[in-house]
Amino acid sequence: MSEQDYILEVRGVTKRFPGVLALDDVSFGLGTGEVHALVGENGAGKSTLIKVVTGVHRPDEGEIFFAGERVSFASPREAQEAGISTIYQDTNMVPLRSVAQNIFLGREPRNRFGLTDTARMKREAEELLGRYGIEADVTVPVRSLGVGVQQMVAVAKAVSLDARGVIMDEPTSSLEAREVETLFGVIRQLREEGVGVLYVSHRLEELYEICERVTVMRDGKVVHTGDLEELPRLQLIAAMLGREAPEVEERISSSTAREHVTGELILEARGLTAHHAPRDVSLEVHAGEVVGLSGLLGSGRTETVKAVFGARHLESGTVSVEGEEVDPGSPSEAIKSGLAFVPEDRKAEGIIAELSVRENIVAAALPRLSHGGFVSRKEQDRLVERFMDRLGIKASSPDQPVGELSGGNQQKVMLARWLCMGPKVLILDEPTQGIDVGAKAEVQRLISELADDGLGVVMIDSEPEEIVEGSDRVVVLRDGGVVGTLSGGELTEENLVHMIAGSGDSEPKEDGGDASG
Amino acid sequence: MPVARTATAGADSTSLAILVRLRNNGVYVALALLVLFNLFFTTNFATAGTILGLLSQATFVLLVALGLTLVIGTGGIDLSVGAIMAIASAVIPLYLGYTWPVAVLVALIFCVLAGMLNGFLVAYVGMQPIVATLALFVGGRGFAQVLVNGQLQTISDPGFLALWRATVFGVPMPVVIAAVVAVLVGLLVGRTTFGRYVLAVGGNRTASYLSGHPVRIVLVAVYAISGLLAGLAGTLATARLAAGDPATIGLLIELDAIAAVVIGGTPLSGGRMNVGGTVAGAILMLVISATFVMNNINPIYAQMLKAAIIVLAVYIQQGRRES
Repeated sequence: MSEQDYILEVRGVTKRFPGVLALDDVSFGLGTGEVHALVGENGAGKSTLIKVVTGVHRPDEGEIFFAGERVSFASPREAQEAGISTIYQDTNMVPLRSVAQNIFLGREPRNRFGLTDTARMKREAEELLGRYGIEADVTVPVRSLGVGVQQMVAVAKAVSLDARGVIMDEPTSSLEAREVETLFGVIRQLREEGVGVLYVSHRLEELYEICERVTVMRDGKVVHTGDLEELPRLQLIAAMLGREAPEVEERISSSTAREHVTGELILEARGLTAHHAPRDVSLEVHAGEVVGLSGLLGSGRTETVKAVFGARHLESGTVSVEGEEVDPGSPSEAIKSGLAFVPEDRKAEGIIAELSVRENIVAAALPRLSHGGFVSRKEQDRLVERFMDRLGIKASSPDQPVGELSGGNQQKVMLARWLCMGPKVLILDEPTQGIDVGAKAEVQRLISELADDGLGVVMIDSEPEEIVEGSDRVVVLRDGGVVGTLSGGELTEENLVHMIAGSGDSEPKEDGGDASG
Repeated sequence: MPVARTATAGADSTSLAILVRLRNNGVYVALALLVLFNLFFTTNFATAGTILGLLSQATFVLLVALGLTLVIGTGGIDLSVGAIMAIASAVIPLYLGYTWPVAVLVALIFCVLAGMLNGFLVAYVGMQPIVATLALFVGGRGFAQVLVNGQLQTISDPGFLALWRATVFGVPMPVVIAAVVAVLVGLLVGRTTFGRYVLAVGGNRTASYLSGHPVRIVLVAVYAISGLLAGLAGTLATARLAAGDPATIGLLIELDAIAAVVIGGTPLSGGRMNVGGTVAGAILMLVISATFVMNNINPIYAQMLKAAIIVLAVYIQQGRRES
């Protein structure tokens, strides 16, 4: 594709945030009438790239061209007016206003008195939706529509702005299969009209169905751009995760799995099913065993462990600890049964930033430390002292607000919160995310030691290498369901990447048959 | 947030330390300065009668503010406290026939139920606290007036009136009651498991839930306590007036009470409570008004000074958060 055909081009863009190089000399081009996939794991820089292109962030270095002209958008609105529309996961619509009002928000057709011409607005909205085969009553509030239809309306709105570039960020994450088809119909029509579509999704099957080209990002850099047909699924994933496909194969069995002594069955989850995810997931964890939970983002890993921990409403399924069924839907019941959960998003769900290290460590132990409604200071301080010491938590004093600590120390506080409970099963969602290398090694060693002491561990980790090294057994999820389990000699990075990608099994639309070999 | 951080990154550490200390103790400093000013310049201020009288009057805002401290500690707000005072004032005369303790008890039960309704809307229905309590703010006083057909009910029961008029070792009864409640709330916040739950819920509700805390029960409880203390304030106000008057009792008290809590160092964002600060804040609000009244200055200026103090208090709190 020659450069003249680019509707949107990014040249050498660098964007720094305090302490992070979010985009590192990124160049990228979106052609007219093409659907271009943008992929990468969390933190790869996709969102930052989108924000730079749409005027949310200013690039520190580099240039952006739109329709052949150099642009520098100061706000998303400017980008939109120039012809770049963005559709986010959570549609940015006004929930209580009608579909028609939303579509024409801020640019309502006027009648000769200068008032909104409701009839015309309704008519044009209906025409617009009809053109793309979207069925919705344009007079009802957007909120009353299903999420899928809302998404379609958002797309229609974007298109009606005469956009020449449309950016879709995980547009199908909340859509039903049928709605996805409708969306793809809309995208195909856009392509015919010469619109460039940048399509961000973690659902690889979709990419192969709708996109022609792909750009893979990792650690703020573009690591691959090319035709999607020429990049089989395995290589696409290898690129996302930073493993060359041949390298992955060389590593076969070289990674040392944990020396594994299986004790008694402690945790047994049967047929866990909740809205969206998990779907009929069963898990078993034995004493002294580290069970890894793997899969791409959106595969339902976090939802599964939250369901086990009672933090997600179950439609069906049971969780038992040492043969005793746990009352569903309540973390406090799960904790009483001996489960512990370190969530992925430490800031939002884990630490209580304003409270002290002491308060954060004893948070889960409070019911146990209280006698007649009063907290035993002595017991509490002993516990805090012991675990700060054992985990090597570096804080000026137990009174320091936990928000002031480094990521690694915050994570240790989270671990201390649960270890002081003497749990039977420890569930860890991305325990090494956002902490530095040294702390990472410490946390990994600690997890291994705990398992050796007879604790059952369930661990989610996006790094195939880490999860292969750290686990006795890995359960792979896709679309909320279990697709397979790897253990013993089978547990290698290559097998894992294959299984995550879903190559070789029940994938009729597999592009590039060599991936399954 | 990153912007705020870089803005203060260069601030010199001693001035920061002063700012922090000012934030934690500012309300005491302000109260002390104002009292000193009055001791020197306001005639008749330095008498036991004046000071006890002022403290008695401060009890309404103080009791309400103590309950609000807990609610605000969870990151919530309770606008209905004035209306709940009105409910207490309406209910008491209706039940005085069964002896005054029964009347007060029934009134307080009404108020606790009203608070629990707030808590239920917040915790189980998921309404925003300001909206949930706005409903009772609007409807509660109406309900109270319906109970008494909109009429003032005079009270002559000496036992009940003693709630305001009696003294203990020379200290007026309302001051004794408020002091006891303040100590109890202080213990609740500082010593009990419940107090820790309140802070955890206010600091990070999801984290608190995932740590196994009874988040919803805690929320219902803080609104119930807020209702109870507002009811107590309404009871004292009724005793002082010697009449049940739901039309005026507790009118607009929520504003002074919220101001007292905020000035006292409890941020509206939740996760932090300062009971001592709330006590000082409530007294400060009253002393400001009294200073102007006793020096024959138009009380309109007192309102302006209160406004300035509120803005200053919030500004200093923000300074802390950015550091």
